[in-house]
Amino acid sequence: MKLIRIKAVAKKELIQIWRDPLSLAMAFLMPVMLLFIFGYAITLDVNNIRTVIYDMDNSSLSRELVAEFRESGYFRVIENIYAQKEIDKYIDSGKAIAAISIPQNFSKKIRKGENTELQVIVDGSDSNTATIALGYISAITGKYSQKVDGRNIKIAIDPRIRVWYNPELKSKNFIIPGLIAVIMAVIAALLTSLTFAREWERGTMEQLISTPVKTYELIAGKLLPYFLIGFIDVAMSVMLAKILFGVPLKGSPFLLMILSSIFIFGGLTMGILISIIARSQLVASQVAMIATFLPAFLLSGFMFAISNMPRPLQIITHFIPAKYFVTILKGIFLKGSPFKLLLIETTVLSVFGLLVFVLANNKFKKRIV
Amino acid sequence: MIRSSIAVKVRGLTKKFGDFTAVDNIDLNIKKGEIFGFLGPNGAGKSTTIKMLCGLLLPTAGEGSVGGWDIMKESEEIKKTIGYMSQKFSLYDDLTVEENIHFFSGIYGVATSRKKERLEWALEMAELQDRRNALTKTLPGGFKQRLALGCALLHEPPIIFLDEPTSGVDPISRRNFWNLINEMSKAGTTIFVTTHYMDEADYCNRLALIYRGRIIAEGTPNELKQKYMTRYVLEMEVDKVVEAMEVMLKKGMEAAIFGSLLHVTVDNIEKTVPQIKKVLKESDITLTRIERIMPSLEDVFVTLIETT
Repeated sequence: MKLIRIKAVAKKELIQIWRDPLSLAMAFLMPVMLLFIFGYAITLDVNNIRTVIYDMDNSSLSRELVAEFRESGYFRVIENIYAQKEIDKYIDSGKAIAAISIPQNFSKKIRKGENTELQVIVDGSDSNTATIALGYISAITGKYSQKVDGRNIKIAIDPRIRVWYNPELKSKNFIIPGLIAVIMAVIAALLTSLTFAREWERGTMEQLISTPVKTYELIAGKLLPYFLIGFIDVAMSVMLAKILFGVPLKGSPFLLMILSSIFIFGGLTMGILISIIARSQLVASQVAMIATFLPAFLLSGFMFAISNMPRPLQIITHFIPAKYFVTILKGIFLKGSPFKLLLIETTVLSVFGLLVFVLANNKFKKRIV
Repeated sequence: MIRSSIAVKVRGLTKKFGDFTAVDNIDLNIKKGEIFGFLGPNGAGKSTTIKMLCGLLLPTAGEGSVGGWDIMKESEEIKKTIGYMSQKFSLYDDLTVEENIHFFSGIYGVATSRKKERLEWALEMAELQDRRNALTKTLPGGFKQRLALGCALLHEPPIIFLDEPTSGVDPISRRNFWNLINEMSKAGTTIFVTTHYMDEADYCNRLALIYRGRIIAEGTPNELKQKYMTRYVLEMEVDKVVEAMEVMLKKGMEAAIFGSLLHVTVDNIEKTVPQIKKVLKESDITLTRIERIMPSLEDVFVTLIETT
């Protein structure tokens, strides 16, 4: 092995990335963009539900209830309305997602200690938002009735809607760390998937394979600059997660970066293997995309709990490197897991990376055809 | 390093692509320090042969060695011994001249102490000292070619393979290029060069003519001319050269203008010369000189292909 050769390849590759705006964009802009898009798009939280209120009672008690809705942060009262038919107008036009009408005898009934009912209309076209909105409404009314109860007025507002509700769930905390894993799985393979194919397509491979350079020197040299890029990408993503999405990082940032490097190594090597086999930049990038994104997205446990999957799928997830990285990232981010709890994941990822490296090394032939 | 005094020695070298036989059972023997020219039209099998010798392409059949290393089993050893310049420009367009040189000198493992010297040598050889920081894609063809040659020679290989090094290069660059090849040969480097420019063949010590995958003739340029050229070329000096050519052609003779001179190819000198003189006199053209000259290799090659 000659370090001088690895260095020459790495330097050349770095210059080429630096001179190619497209490569640069893919290396540094794409992960940030993906994190933005997916980070904001994939969310289980519903905030600022546009709401109209039809308060027929107009008492201090009914106004207190409206205030509860307002202050919860989940509802934004956009209008107080004074006729039932206006509700339809707001919901149909999409100006409001929810409408709450408080009956005339609301305060009277409460004072008498009787159950009372709220009419709640929710736009069901987005079933996810609707379900969550209903959940919030029932929670807020529940809280309200307890408060009223506390004043020794013995009543309960009967929330007739029963939906699942997790009051403190901030789904971003779960999603973002897993999302970083998915994005890095795709980016790593995509970055290197072009390297060997580009040399074949541009005809520069012919000169390269006529030299005494060894295959593993070539692979190592090509890996190095992309490893650096991957490392920067992870660091950027972690910072964005913390600053932009407010995800708390409970564990050690140092451990996070070290274990991420191991995953990146595997991902980059995978891209190289694909590039060696495909020999065409277009095919290689598409294969890299599909081979990494779909498994990482669906089978890594990043959003869909593995324990809910059918048995055969569960077995398949063991062969998805992103699964282990998701575990590592969620563990360090949310639980502050120490290294010894992530030993298995680290081992699997290391073995995977080395295995793919050996495979790529054997697959590449320093010959034409 | 070279392990024997024979630089290249192959027997029965064959390459098939499916049903197509690109190189058909050829033998080669190239001595150390020789300039060996491999001639033939496009598609004759020149590049395929050179790629097999460089270890880039595995032969379908055959045996032999390059620099003493087995072409079937020791291709990686061969790659340490040779410099290869492919027909298609294959340096990095998006790197500067100097970056390309740095890259290949790293890849060839040129010792750090020699790096600077080799860089300057390559720049000087390619006449690119003033453009060392230019992106390679901005260079004209001739400079690219010489840069490619420079990069392939950074590690001072004892055997070099050049695949059509002068195609698409202007005549002056071509002459400079061949001067360089000559110097290297004198310094003991073995040079295997393919070309389809017949006029370049005269620069070579020895030649092989390849046609449809087979070697149809081999020898020094003079041997080839004497052995295979059964027709004669007459050179004439006349006062009205264009008219003279037209007259010759009308009489069914092969005639071509070379500068101010006229070349006529004939089968029989004794019979034809009086005939020519007569015809020219009738056409009122003054003939000041007529003599038999050596045919060019192009003539030889055309003759050979016609008889194959």
